[in-house]
Amino acid sequence: MIRRILGTETEFGVAAKDPDTLDPVSNSILLVNSYPNVPSPQALWDYENENPLLDARGFEADGERERPGPEYNRLLNKVLANGGRLYVDGAHPEYSTPECTGAHDLLAYEKAGERIMDLSREMASRIKRGQDRFSVYKNNTDGKGNSYGYHENYLVGREVPFERLVAHLIPFLVTRQIYAGAGKVGAENKTEHVPYQISQRADFFEVLVDLNTMVKRPIINTRDEPHSDPARYRRLHVIVGDSNMSEISTVLKVGAAALVLAMLEEGVEVSVTLENPVHAIKAISRDVTLKQPIKLSNGKELTAIEIQRIYLESAEKHFSNTGADPGVADILSRWRSVLDRLAQEPMQLSRELDWVIKKELLESYMARKGCDWTDARIAMMDLQYHDIRSDKGLYYALERGGYVDRVLDPEEINRAIENPPPDTRAYFRGMCIKKFPKEVYAASWTSVLFDVGNTSIKKIALLDPLRGTRELVGPLLEGSSTVEELLANIAA
Amino acid sequence: MAKQERKREKKREADKKEDQVAANAEVLEKGKKIKEDLDKLMDEIDDVLEENAEEFVKNYVQKGGQ
Repeated sequence: MIRRILGTETEFGVAAKDPDTLDPVSNSILLVNSYPNVPSPQALWDYENENPLLDARGFEADGERERPGPEYNRLLNKVLANGGRLYVDGAHPEYSTPECTGAHDLLAYEKAGERIMDLSREMASRIKRGQDRFSVYKNNTDGKGNSYGYHENYLVGREVPFERLVAHLIPFLVTRQIYAGAGKVGAENKTEHVPYQISQRADFFEVLVDLNTMVKRPIINTRDEPHSDPARYRRLHVIVGDSNMSEISTVLKVGAAALVLAMLEEGVEVSVTLENPVHAIKAISRDVTLKQPIKLSNGKELTAIEIQRIYLESAEKHFSNTGADPGVADILSRWRSVLDRLAQEPMQLSRELDWVIKKELLESYMARKGCDWTDARIAMMDLQYHDIRSDKGLYYALERGGYVDRVLDPEEINRAIENPPPDTRAYFRGMCIKKFPKEVYAASWTSVLFDVGNTSIKKIALLDPLRGTRELVGPLLEGSSTVEELLANIAA
Repeated sequence: MAKQERKREKKREADKKEDQVAANAEVLEKGKKIKEDLDKLMDEIDDVLEENAEEFVKNYVQKGGQ
């Protein structure tokens, strides 16, 4: 069984119907505070163990660490029953999944986040009168050069040197957009014009490796904040991906990355180096035929599909020896099938991959309505594809009509809204919030703090993401009817 | 014996042709259904698409993202 701690953060775009009423920060605060199912509204986010300024290359950057006072802290942060976090990050509402151990679970928790955000939107619209005061989008750009993120997090063994991670991951991350791109009309950020491209985010990546996430974005982000024992782990913070609507794009994006990281930890070498990754990521995004070769540093040329195949074939070889894990086998067979069909004719994937689904939808619309890529309705559709409302979002219109293939049973999403995953520390966090909502004083990825009316706050550290699971703490939680009992049982 | 064999051969060919015709009809029917569904979907999109797309898209500005 291959288990890897992983999770994603989704920053949502927000359109207010009446743009004059509130600024984006206030809109985000209103949205996050409209979510009705927060078990512990008084709970704070515990920032004590957080430092986003630590750099994996071995230094600490200058800057203010975020430490809001209690009232503002509560306004910005909601700890969710599923162990995840709903919060305001800068000028956007954001959702972090709880820690998961595989791509399928991650997908269920990411989709649960869309539903949590959508209920927030619905309730905020009621507060502000009128049905749909806000539209919320799970995409990465406003089409005017402003991007917002989708970040993946993978826990990786500290013994893998960071330079080796960088070298092996860059060609993989630059080329995976051929199945993980969300599709975009036009170009931005002073890049070469194109009517339609594969990735939402490719235009925004300007350097190879850096700590920044908001300007001069790097393909590899060096933030070294493991949210766990730093001697054992690092948390790879991948900022180069698109937010996906398609379940298949999501599960393959995260699943393939997890397999590549497992190979790296186990010493497998994948030797392919791109001549110019920052240029290649934009060139690949602009080639919807997927036939254009990319220059390697050794002078040879390969297509994005061929580069992905190198990783796939290494993974197939490596994991054939580790026994039949159904999760791994599922990702490998999807990966192969998708690459094979992309090599034949990309439009075959028009039920599966976001950029192809969207391209087919827009082209069908243009053919029927006699308009072209510059039509305002096409730009609107490009945005509304990502609208998270089940009745107005175009991806969800396609899903409802049976035009796209799915991975999840809808019941899995419902369960993930209210229940933490059983096999990570998110279980302990989520269950404490559910069972003792009044006594939770604060929580974070690495802690749950209780206020039981004594002089001191009791802190339970959750430094190991693979502990605090149902198997380890289920009986303890069930056997404790009060927080005092829980604390006594933990101390015993 | 040989005659019977030929007869069977002919029947098999005829069956094959019939199957082919049926399959073609099915493909046509499927194609028609897909086109109808797609027309319906495009009309549905016009129904849900934000009014005044040009204005909406112009006003959609998202600063301060990661």
